[in-house]
Amino acid sequence: MLSYIIKRIGQAIPTLLIVITVSFFLMRLAPGGPFDGERQLPPEIEANLMAAYHMDEPLWQQYVRYLDGIAHGDFGPSFKYKDFSVTDLIWQGFPVSLTLGAWAMLVALIIGLPLGIIAAIKRNSAVDYLVMGIALGGIAVPSFVIAPILALVFGVILAWLPAGGWHDGALPNLVMPVAALALAQIAAIARLMRASMIEVLGSQYIRTARAKGLTPTEVILRHALRPALLPVLSYLGPAIAAIVTGSVVIEQIFGLPGIGRYFVQGALNRDYTLVMGVVVFYAILIIVMNLIVDLLYSVLDPQIRYD
Amino acid sequence: MKRPLINASLLFTALALPGLASAATLNVGIIDDPASLSPPKITGGVWEEDVLRDIFAGLVDVSEDGKVIPGVATRWDISDDGKTYTFHLRDSKWSDGEPVTAHDFVFALRYMINPKNAATGVERLYPLENAENIAKGNAAPDTLGVTAPDDHTLVFKLNEPAAYFLKMLVLPPFYPLPEHAVKQYGDQWSKADNIVVNGAFKPVKWVQGTELDTRKNDNYYDAKDVSLDGVTYYPMPDREAGITRFRSGELDILRDFPAARYKFLQKSLGDSVKITPNLGTEYYVFNLREGHPTADPKVREALSIAINRTVIANQLLEGAVKPAYSLVPPGASDYSIQVQPGLKHDIDERQQRARELLKEAGYGPDKPLKLSIRYNSGDQQQRVAVAIAAMWKPLGVQVTMNNSDSNVHYSTLRRGDFEIGRAAWISSYDDPQNFLQLVYNVGNNYGDYQDSEFRKLFSASNTEMDKAKRRSLLQQAEARLSSQYIEAPIFHYTARNLVKTDISGWQNNALDIHPARWVDKKD
Repeated sequence: MLSYIIKRIGQAIPTLLIVITVSFFLMRLAPGGPFDGERQLPPEIEANLMAAYHMDEPLWQQYVRYLDGIAHGDFGPSFKYKDFSVTDLIWQGFPVSLTLGAWAMLVALIIGLPLGIIAAIKRNSAVDYLVMGIALGGIAVPSFVIAPILALVFGVILAWLPAGGWHDGALPNLVMPVAALALAQIAAIARLMRASMIEVLGSQYIRTARAKGLTPTEVILRHALRPALLPVLSYLGPAIAAIVTGSVVIEQIFGLPGIGRYFVQGALNRDYTLVMGVVVFYAILIIVMNLIVDLLYSVLDPQIRYD
Repeated sequence: MKRPLINASLLFTALALPGLASAATLNVGIIDDPASLSPPKITGGVWEEDVLRDIFAGLVDVSEDGKVIPGVATRWDISDDGKTYTFHLRDSKWSDGEPVTAHDFVFALRYMINPKNAATGVERLYPLENAENIAKGNAAPDTLGVTAPDDHTLVFKLNEPAAYFLKMLVLPPFYPLPEHAVKQYGDQWSKADNIVVNGAFKPVKWVQGTELDTRKNDNYYDAKDVSLDGVTYYPMPDREAGITRFRSGELDILRDFPAARYKFLQKSLGDSVKITPNLGTEYYVFNLREGHPTADPKVREALSIAINRTVIANQLLEGAVKPAYSLVPPGASDYSIQVQPGLKHDIDERQQRARELLKEAGYGPDKPLKLSIRYNSGDQQQRVAVAIAAMWKPLGVQVTMNNSDSNVHYSTLRRGDFEIGRAAWISSYDDPQNFLQLVYNVGNNYGDYQDSEFRKLFSASNTEMDKAKRRSLLQQAEARLSSQYIEAPIFHYTARNLVKTDISGWQNNALDIHPARWVDKKD
C-alpha cells in the first residue's frame, strides 16, 4: 500500500510539470497584458512595471524563474491584488471554499444517496419519476439562476437570512451558498446512485441473497450498497476537488472570499501569477483526491488490492 | 499556518448575527477590491479612490458638495508666474501618533516617481519639475520639483503654470506616505496589519473579496467632526448582487448601480436612488490612420451625426445617462462645451445629410461602406453597439461587431488595430483639460489624432495664466477637434448611487466624490 502511494506521488510530479508548463505558455499566448486597461499607462511607467515583475526578461527565463519559485513554495506576487502574494490569496480563500464545499458535499451525499437508492428500488414508479425529475431540474438550472433567486427570496423578501457576506463563516451566511452549491451535486449523486444501484440489483449474487431469504433492507444495505457506491466514489474525487476550489458565481453573488473567482478574474485581468497559482493548486487537489478515491476503492471492493 | 481549514466554531459564531456590529458603522458597497491600500500601487479605479480618500488626508480635501477645500495644508500661495506653489501645513499626526510633516509629502512624491518602485498613476506628477525625466530613468528622484524647507512648509515647482494642478491634488498620487512605516515594513507596509494612515479612518481588517473594515482614526486632524465609528467597504463586482444586498438592508450605500436598473430601482426604492450628471463621456473613436474608411472626414461626420443619442440615452438606457454631443461633458465648471457642428440639427435632417456625405465620399448601393465596431464585452456595451449599428444601417453601412475582454480591447485600440472602438473616460478632477488631453498625450489617443492646430491650442492652454484666456484656448481646441469628428460622443455618464434615507452628509455632486468624514448614520 505504502509503496503504491509513493509510486502515485512520483507519477504526479511529471503530471504537475506538464500542467504548469502548458498553462504558463497558454496564459502568455493570450492577447493583452496585466497592465492594459481603460487608463493607459505611459510607456515609461509600463516599462518600470514590467521590470518590477521581471516581465522584461525573455519568456524562457521567466518560466525558469517561475519553476524555481514554485519549487520553493513561492507562487509570486499577484499583479492585481498588490498587497497580497498569490500564496496569501490562496491561503486566505481556500479555507472559505473548503468550508462551503465540504458542507455542500455533505448535504449532497446525505440527501442524494438515499434519493438515488429509493429511486432505484422503486424503479419506474411515480416516486422514481419524481426524484429523477427533480434531479434533472437540479442539473439543468445553473447556479447563476438559483443563487440570485435564493438571495432575493430569503434575503430581501422574507429577510430570514443575510443576502451575502461571510462574517467568518457564520451559519446564517453559509445556508444559501451551501444550498445553491449542493443542489447540482444532489442531482448528480442521486442519478449516479440510482443507475449503479439498478445495475447491482440485477446481478446474480443479489438474486442469491434474496433466495437465501434476506429482507429487502438487508439485501440493499449488506450486499448491494458497497458495490453500488463505487461509481459514485469515482465521481466524488474530481467533484470534491472542483467544489472545494470554489465557484465564481456563488462567491460573487454572495460576496464570499473563496478562491473560485480567482480562476475567472485572474484570467480576465491577465494576472498571470494568480491564474498559475490556482491552476497548480487545483491540479494538486485533483491528484490528491483521485489518490484518496483509489485507496478507498480497495476498502469498498475486496477484489482491488494495491500491492 | 495556524488557520483551521474547516471552521470549527461555526455554531458559536452563528449566534453573532451580521449587521449588529456597531450601529454607526457605514456599510458601503464598492465596485471591486482596491488593488492596494498604498497610494502608489493603485490602478486608478474610482473604487480605489473611494477607499483611499477615507483613509488618507492630502494637502487639499473635498467638501460634501464636491469643492476643493483645505486639507493637511491650511492655506497656500501661488507665485505670480503660476509655477511655484507653497503650502502651509497644519500640525497633524499619523494614526500611530507620529507627526505628519512636509517631509512625508516629499518622501511620498519621490517614492512615486522613483522608477524602481514601479508605481502607477505616476503621470499625474508630470506637471512637477523634472518628473518625467526621473520616471524615464534619466535623473535622480531627489531632483523632483518638491522641497520641504521646514516641517510645515512644502514647495512645489511646476514646469508650466498648470491651472488644473490644485484640483489634481485631491488624487491619491499626491497623498503623503508614512516614511517611518515604509522604512520599517518595506513593501508590506500597506497590509492591513501594518498600515499607518493620516485620514479619517484606519483599516483594521481586510478579507480580500468580501470586506475591508476601517475604524475611526482618533489621530485624524478633524477627528472631532467625524461622526461615524467606522466604514466597511464591500466589493461587489456582481452589480445585481450589490442591489440585492442594498435591498436586504445590509448596505447603507451602493456605489454605481447599473444604468439599466434605474427605472426599476426608482420604482422600488424611491428616495434612496441618487442620480446626477458627472464628468464622464462614453464615445466611439474613429481610426484616423490611412487605409481605414474612417480616415475620410466625410465618413466620420456621417457616422457621428446619424447616431440618435436621445434614443440611446433615454430609451435604451432608461434616462440613466445623458446624450452626448461633445467630448467634454457639460458639467465641467467655467467652460462651454463645443458641440460637433453637424449635431446641432434635428435627427431627420442629420440622417439626410449623412446619406449625402457618404455619397460624396464615394459609397452607395454598389459600394457599401463596411465597418467594424470593437467594444469591451459587457451587456450595456453590446446593447449600445447594436443600437448604433442599427442606426447606421439605413445609410447602407454594413457593420461587423467584435467584442473582447477589457485588457484585449484596450491593447487592440492602442495598437491601432481597429476601425471604430468604444472608449470611455471619467474625470476625478473638474477640468476640461483632462478630457482634451486624451487626444494630445499618447496613451489614450487610439485614433492617432495629430492635428497641429489642435496641439498648438492645447499646449498654449497649459501655460496660460489668465483664466479667461485659458478657457478660450481650451474651447477653441475642443471646437477644432469637434469640427473634425475624430470621435462620436455617445453619452455622458451619471453618478448613480443608492443611499439609505437615514444617511446624512451625503450630497450629489458632479465629481461623485463623497468622503465618509462628512457622513452620518442615524441609529
